[in-house]
Parts: sequence; C-alpha cells; structure tokens
Amino acid sequence: MSNLSVNHLIAIKDLQPEDIHLILNTADNFKEVLSRPIKKVPTLRDITIANIFFENSTRTRISFELAEKRLSADTINFAASSSSVKKGETLIDTVNNILAMKVDMVVMRHQSPGAPVLLSKHIKANIVNAGDGTHEHPTQALLDAYSIMEKLGEKQGKRLSDLKGVKVAIIGDILHSRVAGSNIHALKMLGADVTLCGPPTLMPKHIESMGVRVSYNLKETLEWCDVANVLRIQLERQDIKFFPSLREYSLYYGINRELLDSLSKEIVIMHPGPINRGVELTSDVADSKQSIILQQVENGVAVRMAVLYLLAGRLD
Amino acid sequence: MQSRIILDSLKFQLTIERLCHQLIENHADFSNACLIGVQPRGVLLAKRILNKLEELLPGVKIKFGVLDATFYRDDFRHHEKPLLAEETDIDFVIKGKNVILVDDVFYTGRTIRSALDALLDFGRPEKIELLVLIDRRLSRHVPITPDYVGKTVDAVTSEKVKVEWSENGTEDKVWIIPYKE
Repeated sequence: MSNLSVNHLIAIKDLQPEDIHLILNTADNFKEVLSRPIKKVPTLRDITIANIFFENSTRTRISFELAEKRLSADTINFAASSSSVKKGETLIDTVNNILAMKVDMVVMRHQSPGAPVLLSKHIKANIVNAGDGTHEHPTQALLDAYSIMEKLGEKQGKRLSDLKGVKVAIIGDILHSRVAGSNIHALKMLGADVTLCGPPTLMPKHIESMGVRVSYNLKETLEWCDVANVLRIQLERQDIKFFPSLREYSLYYGINRELLDSLSKEIVIMHPGPINRGVELTSDVADSKQSIILQQVENGVAVRMAVLYLLAGRLD
Repeated sequence: MQSRIILDSLKFQLTIERLCHQLIENHADFSNACLIGVQPRGVLLAKRILNKLEELLPGVKIKFGVLDATFYRDDFRHHEKPLLAEETDIDFVIKGKNVILVDDVFYTGRTIRSALDALLDFGRPEKIELLVLIDRRLSRHVPITPDYVGKTVDAVTSEKVKVEWSENGTEDKVWIIPYKE
C-alpha cells in the first residue's frame, strides 16, 4: 500500500494498521534526510500550511513548523491568544478566512475534543490534528511508537517492524490525556501489550474495553513492562481535586532512580513532555540513559514530515 | 508490436565490462571517484559495475553509495498515489570528488535531473558523470546527456525498455516490449 486511507489525520482510531506502517516507513526516509548536511528537500515547495494553535504548545508547534520547513512548504503561524478569536469570531470563520488566502493544509490544536472533525466537515483543506482537548494527539502516538521500535531494535541495528509482544505501560493521568488515548490505539494496532497505571481517580471507567490491562501498583507495572511511557499530570485540565497533593502523587506514582534500580531489568523511560520534574519523574531518571525523551522529540520531526508528505499526496 | 531482445546475457556481460574499462580509462585507480546508484534500478547496475571494477583492479576499494531522488521529483502529486522513497545511503563526503551517477534506462531525463538536485544537497562534487546501460536517445525532456552508454536505442514512446537482472532470478537481458496501458 502506498496511499493513506484517510484525507485528514484526526485520530489514530480512524487509521488502519497499514496506514501506521506506511507513515513510519516513510519517516525512516525523512530521518535519513535529517542526517544530511543540507536537511531539507524541495518536495512540498508549492504547498502552504497553516499552523493554527488555540492552545499553548512548544514542542508540537516547533516540531510541525520544522517538519514543514524541511519539506520546503510555506508556513503561517496563528496563535489564538493574539487573534480575532478574542473578538468573537467562530472557529470555522477563522479557518475559512485563512484558507481564502490559498492555504492547502491546516495543522490545528484546539482545547475542544472534536474540533478537527467539525472543521474537516466544513473546509476543503487537509487537516492534521495536533491535539484536541482530551481526545487524541495522533502524531505524538506515531512518534512514540516509532521511538519504541527504534530503541528496541537498536541491538539488531534496525528499527523493529512492529511491536508484537512488546510490553508498554502508560503511567499517570490517563483520564485527561489525549496522548494516552492515541497511544493505546496505535500500540494495540502494532501488536503491543498495554497496561495503564495511575491513581483510580485518574483512570477512565471501562477503559479495559480498549483491550488494555489496568493496574494501580506502580512497582508491579514497572516490573512487568519493557517500556514505560510516563504522562504529565495535567493540572490545567483538573477542575476538581483528583488526588490530595502533588507530593502524595509523586510518592505513589512518581518514578525515581531508587525505584528503577530495584527492578530486575532495565526498562525504557518515555515522556511526551513537558515534564513536571520531581512529580512524575525525578530529574535523574528523566536525564538518564534509559530515557529516550529527547529521541522522541527528534523523531517527532521525521514522523510529522511523513504525515504531511503522505497527506499532501492526497491533495487535488 | 512484437517484444524483442536488444541485449542477451552474453552481450549484457560484455557491455558491463566495456563500461568498466571506459571508467578505468578516465578514473584510473578511483582514488578521487565514487559510484552512486540511483534508486531503484540504477543500484543493481551500480553494484554490478562495482564488482567488476574491483575484479579488474585487485586491491582497489571504490566508494559506493545509493541515492533516492523521490523527494526531489517534479511530478509529486501528479500520480494517483504518493511516490514512496527507497533508501539513501552515502556514507562518505562527496565534496571535491568525481561522482559517477549510475542508472539503468535513461529515458526522459527527469529522474537524473532530480538525482542531480538530491546529490548537490550532500555537498559540491568536483564533477558529476552519468553512466547508463540503455540510452533512449529520442525521448529526452531535459538537456542532459550521459557520459557512458551501454547501448543506445531508438524505441518509440509506445514501447517500453525492460531490463532483467540475474539477481532477480532471471537471465540478464534487455527487452523492448509494447507498452501496456
């Protein structure tokens, strides 16, 4: 297969396993491009991409912008906080006005789950979801999967072709995390075994129906897994108290050096960023050689280049 | 229209051998030259040339790379499906080198045009030469001419040149076949 089954990347849930393989295989090519003396190809030079961010972002916005620039696309950046959205303009009006200036693709982050789906029904451009509320963050899940395959394939000198039999734990604030949602779909499609671990108040009800295990015991989960993807406590999305204090959270669900050293094997530590140092991860864990947090960021550019390249191939 | 063979197995070997001797004439011991095969099918020819050269020049190690020009093509989005790239692997510096680009069939010249763009992103070579097994000389879309040619053919656009490689389980052969829509 050399064509995606979708015109927009809104959710991993909408993809087929073949789509994920196609994106990750294409990312291999772009990773090689990024290692060249001139890290840029002219492929999308006739395409304009709008990065529309209704919510704050550092990594994702920079990563998308770099991916676009490495593909030679023209980019415009739009932050809602400094725009006419403040004057009461609707989402569809805002985006249609941007598209009237001949924009081909839209990368959007929005605080409301479902905003990209709504948009895709009303506008003509191809849409890439860069995070919609607590729903999905598909490119993060793709780069996480890619990073796991790369790290675990290191010994063979080649990225793994799937995640069959790989045990991945997703730890922390599952309830508010769009990264968890997208990751579960992507990991399951690639054949991984997934366990979710966190305080019961931050665990969505009936989540087992997605084919994952749930555990409330961090030590036991870490002992089981090959890879631990640690999520950020999303205080900005928590309107009520889900746990007594950050101190108590980190006591039960924070990962520190001592805990890692007590395990029978060396596991891989991941985090989508930004890290609350000292809460979900201590600094000596985040900066250790077991952590692939910065590789995740590096791979993000290649994976996003692949997504933009393949979606641009579907433009008229 | 009938299919016809324009290079059989024996002529195929002789052609490759002749190309190697022509390369040796110009590059002697290859101390400042390198071979780069253009993906996908130029790589097989480049490997064949490399093996033959190393046989003809015992003890000489020739720098060898493969280049994929997909992201530099001018027909991206003119196809129904996105073009998928193959591996690029050039693990030496091409700056100041004499680069010999290798491809199997030279037709419109557009692949080589994009390969030239791709190559220049790796540095500034002293010189770039082009070696092809088959030159379809009547079908050029860009002003590029090869330096080393295995065989020149005057096939019309309704015909296709097909190269078969023993690496793929058949005999080495070059065919001209009618183009199937």
